[in-house]
Amino acid sequence: MWEYTDKVKEHFLNPRNVGEIENPDGVAEVGSLACGDALKLTFKLDENKRIRDAKFKTFGCASAIASSSALTEMIKGMTVDEALKVTNQDIAQYLGGLPDEKMHCSVMGKQALEKAIENYRGAPALEPGAKIICECFGVTDKEIERAIRENNLATVEEVTNYTKAGGGCGNCQDAIAQILERVKADGKSDVRPKLTNLQRIRLIEETIEREIRPSLKHDGGDIEIIDIIGNRVIVALRGACATCKASNITLKDFVEHRLRELVVPDITVEEASK
Amino acid sequence: MKTVYLDNNATTKVADEVLEAMLPYFAELYGNPSSMHTFGGQVGQRIRDAREHVAALLGALPDEIVFTSCGTESDNAAIRSALLTKPDKKHIVISRVEHPAIRALCSHLGAQGYKITELPVDKNGMLDLENLEKTLTPDTAIVSLMWGNNETGVLFPVEEAAGLAHEKGILFHTDAVQAAGKIPINMKNNRIDMLSISGHKLHAPKGIGVLYIRRGTKFSPFLIGGHQEKGRRGGTENSASIIGLGKACELAANNMETENIRVRRLRDKLERELLKKIPQSRVNGDIQTRLPNTTNISFEYVEGEAILLLMNELGICASSGSACTSGSLQPSHVLRAMGVPFTMAHGSIRFSLSVYNTEEEVDFVIEKMPAIIERLRGMSPFWNQAGQACANQ
Repeated sequence: MWEYTDKVKEHFLNPRNVGEIENPDGVAEVGSLACGDALKLTFKLDENKRIRDAKFKTFGCASAIASSSALTEMIKGMTVDEALKVTNQDIAQYLGGLPDEKMHCSVMGKQALEKAIENYRGAPALEPGAKIICECFGVTDKEIERAIRENNLATVEEVTNYTKAGGGCGNCQDAIAQILERVKADGKSDVRPKLTNLQRIRLIEETIEREIRPSLKHDGGDIEIIDIIGNRVIVALRGACATCKASNITLKDFVEHRLRELVVPDITVEEASK
Repeated sequence: MKTVYLDNNATTKVADEVLEAMLPYFAELYGNPSSMHTFGGQVGQRIRDAREHVAALLGALPDEIVFTSCGTESDNAAIRSALLTKPDKKHIVISRVEHPAIRALCSHLGAQGYKITELPVDKNGMLDLENLEKTLTPDTAIVSLMWGNNETGVLFPVEEAAGLAHEKGILFHTDAVQAAGKIPINMKNNRIDMLSISGHKLHAPKGIGVLYIRRGTKFSPFLIGGHQEKGRRGGTENSASIIGLGKACELAANNMETENIRVRRLRDKLERELLKKIPQSRVNGDIQTRLPNTTNISFEYVEGEAILLLMNELGICASSGSACTSGSLQPSHVLRAMGVPFTMAHGSIRFSLSVYNTEEEVDFVIEKMPAIIERLRGMSPFWNQAGQACANQ
């Protein structure tokens, strides 16, 4: 049984705003019967161009219905620009969280909202340049990229949980892995997960072990962690590095740079006093 | 709130008589059946009685019964034994609709170099024996086909299939976890070499299973340890559960007629009335060749998890083959193997009854289901369109 929050259950059992608005200002349909969930969203603006009413019709599981209900409640009273800032995370948070495997329900809400606003503005439905990656569920590269950035996803499985992409025949899983690599390389994934002290220390150790030590060893040197205090990493250089005149450059330009890139951006690396 | 339990293919209530039979063997008669003293030895006698009751339900000999911890263990033990006793053969034949205990095991073995053939089923979930015959090769070690399907209740012709396998010297195993206790089984009339049972599907507790091994079948144990079960399954006997299973098999033998007349009638009534009251619904699986207690019904344009949760609000327990209930994004492998369209598979609900269900309970479900489906269809963006499409036809 899924562990749904009371709020999810409540919105599922007493969904708000079920139905369709006649002559809506914006309308969108996302998902399909084959997918297992689908949402039709309609909204109407008032004279101040704020969303006066929003209604949904959803085919899907409890969390899909609850996400749709939450979405319609959230966007009422917003301008379309404000509504566009609502993320799938906001929808999930409004419901007190969703199980990981159900995050795609909140993504569906976000997609419907964007499409309905595009419909209102008369903009193209498909994002320019977007390409379908997952044929089974009709998910585009842009959607996958955005889900990765907004939710800081790291694995194909997570992408599937959030977007459904790759959850059908699985043929596109390699393509998803490539998108993950690309987004990671872009470094635009600026929202990093908040690490606990223990996680940060472990990540620093792992990064040094995996990314840094092999290069130093290649040149006959070595590195040892002496202490980690907050974001200060105190190390000792060994072997060839210990006597190398360029050791300070190694520390700042290589060790510190890699740790900043792979762990947290405000790490400083210091050499332990000899 | 009263619970209306129509999920007996998932697990069953421990029968009162079974619980009563078990209770003394926890805190009072806790002796080890292998002990030399009477205190332990008397438990051994009760285990022998239980073995006889299990054997009687299957038309088997007591020494053909090996107690295990569950159906999954029995399935694993059977397949692995076949591979170990026929070490030069690398091919296994199963069906596309087997329980995960067989499917997942075989995909694991597939990754280790064994060749796995998964036989297809037709749109009613039925197996083609000619197809089976064609797949058998000199390299085939074992054929494993379930007797009754857990999702649809569809019965496979396992006795005929066992005959085909035997003609070619191939071992035959059946997962009879759903069939045992629901339909008559007589091992004297077939050539099945190994058969799995799970206690908790027939009103015994969870954590007890049986592997039937036909006398004369070579067997290599899965759990190696003490001399228990004649060396075929090490580990101190789960005395209380074995005794409980013995009682449950005795009850099942006595209830066989009730199961096939009264339970079948209740199941048929439930199915007939739901199909009548709820438009765009249909049964998955062959309606003739199936277990008497199971019906799998698809309600188009609604999603199974949502149906289950609304049923749950009324205390009605059942299962769904929808993707959302499984944690994967695809609906049940059984329904997909049958080619049930996704639109139907997502809204499939399995009702499975037992001898403990009453007419009132069935009437209650018949009364409540139409409103649940209507409510969800009222929220579904496809329903109006479908209604119109229907009117145009």
